[in-house]
Amino acid sequence: MTDQEIKPGDVLLEVEDISLSFGAVRAISDVSFNIKKGEVRAIIGPNGAGKTSMLNCINGFYHPQQGAITYKGQRRSQMKPHEAAAQGIGRTFQNVALFRGMTTLDNIMTGRNLKMKSSLFSSMIWWGPAQKEELEHRRYVEDIIDFLEIEAIRKTPVGRLPYGLQKRVELGRALAAEPELLLLDEPMAGMNLEEKEDMCRFILDVNDEFGTTICLIEHDMGVVMDISDRVMVLDYGGKIGDGLPAEVRADQKVVDAYLGGGH
Amino acid sequence: MTNTALDTFPKLIRRNAKERPTVAAYREKEYGIWQTYSWKDVYDNSKSFGLGLVELGVGRGDAVAIIGSNRPQLYWVFAAAQSVGALPVPLYQDGVADEIQYVLEHAEAKVVVVEDQEQVDKVLSIMDRVPTIKYIVYKETRGMRHYKQPFVKSYDEVQGLGQAYDAKHPEFFDAEADKAKSDDIATLLYTSGTTGRPKGVMLSFKNMVEAGRLSVEFENLTEKDKVLSYLPMAWVGDHLFSYSQAITAGFSVNCPENAETVLTDLREIGPTYYFAPPAIFETMLTQMMIRIEDASSIKQKMFHYFIEVAKRCGVELMEGKPVSLADRLLYKLGDILVYGPLKNTLGFSQIRVAYTAGAPMGPEVFKFYRSLGVNLKQLYGQTESCAYVCIQNDKDVRPDTVGPPAPGCEVMIEEASGEVLYKSPGAFVGYYKNDEATKETKNESGWVHTGDAGIMTDDGQLKIIDRAKDVGKLNDGTLFAPQYIENKLKFFPFISEAVCHGDGRDTVTAFINIDLEAVGNWAERRGISYASYQDLADRDEVYGQIKECVEKVNQDLAIDSELAGAQISRFLILPKALDADDGELTRTRKVRRKIIAERYEPLISALFSDASTAAIQSEMTFEDGRKGTLSATVKVSDSSTFPAMRAAS
Repeated sequence: MTDQEIKPGDVLLEVEDISLSFGAVRAISDVSFNIKKGEVRAIIGPNGAGKTSMLNCINGFYHPQQGAITYKGQRRSQMKPHEAAAQGIGRTFQNVALFRGMTTLDNIMTGRNLKMKSSLFSSMIWWGPAQKEELEHRRYVEDIIDFLEIEAIRKTPVGRLPYGLQKRVELGRALAAEPELLLLDEPMAGMNLEEKEDMCRFILDVNDEFGTTICLIEHDMGVVMDISDRVMVLDYGGKIGDGLPAEVRADQKVVDAYLGGGH
Repeated sequence: MTNTALDTFPKLIRRNAKERPTVAAYREKEYGIWQTYSWKDVYDNSKSFGLGLVELGVGRGDAVAIIGSNRPQLYWVFAAAQSVGALPVPLYQDGVADEIQYVLEHAEAKVVVVEDQEQVDKVLSIMDRVPTIKYIVYKETRGMRHYKQPFVKSYDEVQGLGQAYDAKHPEFFDAEADKAKSDDIATLLYTSGTTGRPKGVMLSFKNMVEAGRLSVEFENLTEKDKVLSYLPMAWVGDHLFSYSQAITAGFSVNCPENAETVLTDLREIGPTYYFAPPAIFETMLTQMMIRIEDASSIKQKMFHYFIEVAKRCGVELMEGKPVSLADRLLYKLGDILVYGPLKNTLGFSQIRVAYTAGAPMGPEVFKFYRSLGVNLKQLYGQTESCAYVCIQNDKDVRPDTVGPPAPGCEVMIEEASGEVLYKSPGAFVGYYKNDEATKETKNESGWVHTGDAGIMTDDGQLKIIDRAKDVGKLNDGTLFAPQYIENKLKFFPFISEAVCHGDGRDTVTAFINIDLEAVGNWAERRGISYASYQDLADRDEVYGQIKECVEKVNQDLAIDSELAGAQISRFLILPKALDADDGELTRTRKVRRKIIAERYEPLISALFSDASTAAIQSEMTFEDGRKGTLSATVKVSDSSTFPAMRAAS
């Protein structure tokens, strides 16, 4: 892996002409865009526009039939999700995908999994380097708990938490892997206004505090326009707009797609 | 001139640091772990911060404001400021910008030390109106990276300045600390302002050190004791316990992780000495009752059975009075099955002494905790007396009195007005920049007016009835003590707040605030759906429940010959919770009657008429400071009253 230095504002991830089909259904057709380091990049579009498929392509869960994805200057065709994770791409899911019976702390700890080096045996007897390593990881996780203001639920099984808090724990788990690029799939879906405002604040804080590049999918236009630096619009698998929030908002094609006109 | 007597806090801290450098002084929970600071750490940190303040241009007599939740680092600012002759002024951290502006302006604060970004923003927003402020110092660095203003500094930066100064002038700090005399003003505490603007109470080192020392001796507190510090730092109670007593006795002060984790932290620390206003004990009891209702029926039965046993003999056992053998055994069994686990859940397992103060407490709540074996006692005092006038003795605790005058204090009841007056070592020096108010409150011979109406029992215990100015009479001459009735109402878990009206009227009526958690839980279990507080408060079912509570209070009042005429004839449930942000409560959650009476005037008229509903429009403030209007139609309900009964005599 070439570890060349990428400065804020440089292109971190380049997507070139990718197309993805499931049988006869074309989920994504010839879409190109890029994500620059340090920005908050939004992907919006009506239901079924191919937004989640796009995230799945980026973190290697789907493999596009055509096109290429270049991440940190490295062009790749086939990549598995765990390889993407190891390279610093983290993500959360549209539906909460936590271990419901485990505590908040343990769930976030699992996010450190890739960073752990101790062998199974030394971890089991929790001795020497394994002990030291776990303490370091715990310290990092506590930092995240403090950051997300979830101290009060540290020891609570996540299945018992309200939805908004579960989403926050999921964000915490993604952060635990210290991602360089964080993919958020509808982080605010199903939340009430107050929870949304909290989440926005956390997303902006993550971007600011950890310098994490963020690519998010969101339905709530108000939220998207407020927090993102650039917005890409998908409709029927194709790209119909890309630019600053204000530009996108003024774009007639985007308005049509959202208001149902022109189809 | 060097003064070596241990008459100021900086000198006492220096003693503690020398005599027990490694003993825990302050702890805070951070990153899930309790971090401990010894007395030596306290001395070192207050030294570097104090010298840092000097480097920022703080001179003797300058005010240093402190805004934030209970953090060791913020307690050290008191010691730091006092060491270099500056005047620490703590503020309520949840105060809105306006309230903070008033105090900062009045105290002429030069440096404001705050906890985090939120407070920095608040101070920045009013800074142009308070020209005396030269620096803002923040403790928590999160979110502060983009604040480039030269007058915004981090806590560490200031300590760095102090350390550099210390390296050049190693003798300076101790010499400066020795300059302080016991009559110097130690701190400026602003009253919460039940009536009008807050007043700055000047307390000298002598006041605070003596009040601390005497109360420590009274309860035999030692360095082995521990307290949880979670009440506002600006409140005199917290200042006495977490600063004055902690330093004089040398015990440890434990700061919880944040406001939401207080109960967990309480359990982890297991304090030996605990202090809370009645509202907190009442909330705990309410939550306990809610959780019991959710428990299995066997557990419920067991709980109720043993609580009855405790009611019968718990208090007597603690006070060493004779109890039958059968009850003794039952209580022992109850202790294993119910009281012990319950106290453990509440974090009360190790409690030696628990205090409540600030407002009268419902006798039922009071007896409940005592019957479990928690040595809960009442304390009586004001900001003006360093919260030290009366303390109950371990062996003679009554729910209706606040105990005899504490060592060193004298109490007197003014003949004409029935007002309580006291003389005490903690009696304040005066109100800051307000001689007129000082003269009104403290007369030339040193007696301080409390504004409370009270009576002395024959055996010398003080009984507080109400605020002197609130006590009134109904048209037929019956005594009307609103707080007394309100406290009876508030004992019910469903009622979180109540305001009674009756002075100069024919009957007594009440505003009720329901407890959203308790009533909401009750409603959910009965399949009653609701959208908001307002919605729930308007339900007929809820009115029915509250009516039962009101009538039980009436029954209770009927027994008391003096108050039997003051039963509640009509009541209504307010469509919004009374809130300190709307100015309806003080920051210590006392009701502001005048404001409430003005704002809800249409509702009061409806209560004293035959109307069955009333319309109201009221302004409410959201947490971010935005304002909105609430308009609602409120139902008025009648409640039965009972004929006066003579208690069997």
